[in-house]
Amino acid sequence: MQPVPTIGVLAIQGGVREHLRALEASGVNSTAVKTREQLSRVDALVIPGGESSTMDKLARTFELMEPLREARASGLPMFGSCAGMIMLADRIVGAIEGQESIRGLDISVERNAFGSQSESFETGIVVRGIREPDRQFEGVFIRAPWVLEVGEATDVIARISSGPHEGRIVGVRSETLMATSFHPELTADLRVHELFVEMVRNS
Amino acid sequence: MSSEISTGTSRVKRGMAEMLKGGVIMDVVNVDQAKIAEDAGAVAVMALERVPADIRAEGGVSRMSDPDMIDAIKAAVSIPVMAKVRIGHFAEAQVLESLGVDYIDESEVLSPADYANHIDKWKFTVPFVCGATNLGEALRRLTEGAAMIRSKGEAGTGDVSNAVTHMRKIRSEVLRLSSMAPDELFVAAKELQAPYDLVVEVARTGSLPTVLFTAGGIATPADAALMMQLGADGVFVGSGIFKSGNPAERANAVVQATMHYDNPDVVAKVSRGLGEAMVGINVADIPVHHRLEDRGW
Repeated sequence: MQPVPTIGVLAIQGGVREHLRALEASGVNSTAVKTREQLSRVDALVIPGGESSTMDKLARTFELMEPLREARASGLPMFGSCAGMIMLADRIVGAIEGQESIRGLDISVERNAFGSQSESFETGIVVRGIREPDRQFEGVFIRAPWVLEVGEATDVIARISSGPHEGRIVGVRSETLMATSFHPELTADLRVHELFVEMVRNS
Repeated sequence: MSSEISTGTSRVKRGMAEMLKGGVIMDVVNVDQAKIAEDAGAVAVMALERVPADIRAEGGVSRMSDPDMIDAIKAAVSIPVMAKVRIGHFAEAQVLESLGVDYIDESEVLSPADYANHIDKWKFTVPFVCGATNLGEALRRLTEGAAMIRSKGEAGTGDVSNAVTHMRKIRSEVLRLSSMAPDELFVAAKELQAPYDLVVEVARTGSLPTVLFTAGGIATPADAALMMQLGADGVFVGSGIFKSGNPAERANAVVQATMHYDNPDVVAKVSRGLGEAMVGINVADIPVHHRLEDRGW
């Protein structure tokens, strides 16, 4: 039997405890990651929602950005939701001056693409690859980004299925990286986290 | 779940506040300050005409900000923009919603418009944050539809003591509820002057159903670290940044201390070389009828 993996949650700022709870409920160990030492002890990393400009700034200030890039380059699986998607994107549209990311996902992502908080919304979406894929997932979108374009090695796993933004890409994955515009950690539905755990176990 | 698009749900309102956790929200009065805040890593800015220290010094009726000023700040930064309305002034809130602000603070820092009623916040798509000095007040605000709670420390003083009192009070009242027998919760609800169902929810979960930030009197990185260690989910800083000698450095320092609130080495390091903190006023020196924490009911 495989040992139970330990998945870290980047704890600079944002929805950290919701991801810790969802990971524990998905059958893995979880731990907050604020330092290089803590990063070196995890088998995978979740980057939560929050403000991407804040996370980037503090990751660089506390010399965490390069270790994050090295971990990603060496194959550490990572899953980002909302701001976490921006942190994993190769290209950011609407970034603040000088904003950087960990990079790794060959996507262009647009910050706050749906508009201000009054435009934040919930909608049922289909997510490819999760358990019971025909059952819609509760997509919670909060000042969310969307994906403008994806590279060849990146799979689209979710799109908005109705309304004015129908067809917009809101979920992607590559071999070791996954990202969603929405917040599965704000729901009781564990299927997206379980999909990431499966990626971690197979890596 | 259907593919319908639903806006303004409790989950997107409260979830927005969850995403601000561990962060610092800064009062700003113009575009330059907003950019300094964003560059420092603030998770949001609060756009207002005068910071609380100036409201306190200048007196008079203080109101919602000029829409042009809010628009200019919204255009200048990509982080969320919040703005304040007077307690009970639902028409000011309608204006801010129309401007597309990301969060409304129904705030005791402005002059109250209604001495009996707060705004019915369920009617709005935009979420609200409200101040509270104790658990009963927090639960009454949640009943009216607030999606985020903050302490009501004495704004514009640089004196953190009231924020400490509120945070300790709310936390201890939550703990007390969670240790009570079910048949004691009826009286607890009566004493807290809060709805029974919410009291039961707090007792069962051992926490507020929304995030709890701290606000009022935070002026230094150590103040932020103190409030985070006392259980705040995040920090509002008003006059503390832009009434100090070196706003950009202080903004950076407060943001960094909030992330590493439990690491004194970091708090010590970022506390160096910040220059003058804002000039303080002891809350005890303020006449009782000029204190802000008693506004709101």
